[in-house]
Amino acid sequence: MYWINTIIQGALVGGLYALFATGLSLMFGVMRIINLAHGDFIVLSAYLAVVVINCIGVNPLVALAVVVPLMFGVGYLLQRGLLNFTMGSDILPPLLVTFGLSVVIQNVLLELFSADSRRLQLPWLETASVRIGDQLAIGLMPTSVFVVAVIVIGGIEFMLYRTDLGRAFRATSDDPDTARLYGVNNRNIYALATAIALAVVSIAGVLFGIRTIFDPTIGPARLLYAFEVVIIGGLGSLWGTLAGGIILGVAQAIGAAFDPSWDTLAGHVVFLVVLLFRPRGLFPKTFDP
Amino acid sequence: MNLLQTEDLVASYGDFQALFGVSLAIEQGETVAIIGANGAGKSTLLRTICGLLRSRHPTDVRFDGKPIGSLEPEQIIALGIAMVPEGRRPFPSLNVEDNLRMGAYCGRIGPWTLERIYTLFPNLAERRLAMSPTLSGGQQQMLAIGRALMANPKLLLCDELSLGLAPIVIRDIYAAMPGIRDEGTTILIVEQDIQRALRAANRVYCMQKGRVTLQGRPSALSRDQIKLAYFGV
Repeated sequence: MYWINTIIQGALVGGLYALFATGLSLMFGVMRIINLAHGDFIVLSAYLAVVVINCIGVNPLVALAVVVPLMFGVGYLLQRGLLNFTMGSDILPPLLVTFGLSVVIQNVLLELFSADSRRLQLPWLETASVRIGDQLAIGLMPTSVFVVAVIVIGGIEFMLYRTDLGRAFRATSDDPDTARLYGVNNRNIYALATAIALAVVSIAGVLFGIRTIFDPTIGPARLLYAFEVVIIGGLGSLWGTLAGGIILGVAQAIGAAFDPSWDTLAGHVVFLVVLLFRPRGLFPKTFDP
Repeated sequence: MNLLQTEDLVASYGDFQALFGVSLAIEQGETVAIIGANGAGKSTLLRTICGLLRSRHPTDVRFDGKPIGSLEPEQIIALGIAMVPEGRRPFPSLNVEDNLRMGAYCGRIGPWTLERIYTLFPNLAERRLAMSPTLSGGQQQMLAIGRALMANPKLLLCDELSLGLAPIVIRDIYAAMPGIRDEGTTILIVEQDIQRALRAANRVYCMQKGRVTLQGRPSALSRDQIKLAYFGV
């Protein structure tokens, strides 16, 4: 029963990891941009929620109603005003610029909020749980996060595969020049991709802030988790990303069950094993003609 | 008024100048072919018309009388110029039907719908859910033409339709041209296959080294004239 519990808790945390990874995967999928500031946007979203909560005194879930549209706008402007100018045949400029952004965001957050750890308070949800049998209890918070992850990923998959906009995303990802020939405004498509990515990031950031403490410097570690999830799941498949999140979450939970200091290490080991034997990930979908 | 007019059109790839003052005029309803050897500037001309390359002055290219030389490709297709790109360029991660639907992304209304495309190219209807890289070269070319038609263009630009295709397949593809013309679509074809071009077009331009060296109705051009204009010897 102990192990079942461990695996379930790990899988539920995997939902959060999948949310971390979804934005990264979407930006890479559509634009071949690797956003090195991704983790810092997670932290930035959590701090934005702190500000919203302090200003209008709402609970963190209500703050999402402000933070998500705000980060959507930030994403749109960031891509239109900055990242679009770094894109081209060379992958290095966007890497350098987003790395710079990462440093800037961390230092601005340090300046504004100090290095103290924060947490978004949502006491009733944090402690509520459903008991299943004698030894098994499933927390309402992790379950909600997992459900949110499934809904968000399902929504993006629906957008990508069932709408005109999604078709334009896929066409642009395949061949931007030809997409332009048929009326797709690339710069706008790229900006929407980053906007959606950061909107998802902001959901992940706020849920993360409710789950655990954060400070301005923890972004890069979240980026690493997001990377691992994308690689484990396989590029180009968001359901694969969810699976990757679950695998990473379970690996960390099992590692922690042996020794609490092994959780991150166990995740890295699983990541390396996948990279070694299935370098394209477990559920790759990118099409190779 | 001419549907499309270029005047002393100059275009370059960076420092490399590819077009040296190309002037041509195409009227509504014509089928015009541009012939010329490799590197004559035919494809460059099409790329400039559809906006992938910039002309030197906005007024160098006029469509329906309006200067379009400074517009982006996504604005130009909205005006009604659709391109069948060289090498066909289907979107590899989209199936046949989604590729065709991408042609309609610009939102122009007109006679061409999915059903009409499938009637024109029954081969595509059979494979509507197939991923585009699994199609044969001929089917990919039909897909590329169908995708461009879905934009309901006034002017259809076709770049090297016969490139790399078997003669029998080329014949099938050219057999679709009258049906397209009958919808009132003006067609501009770039073609290396001279015989094919002379048969399909009402009027022919021959290009060499970035310049127009000959133009006229196919019946009015002699073999020697074309040879001289094509090869320069």
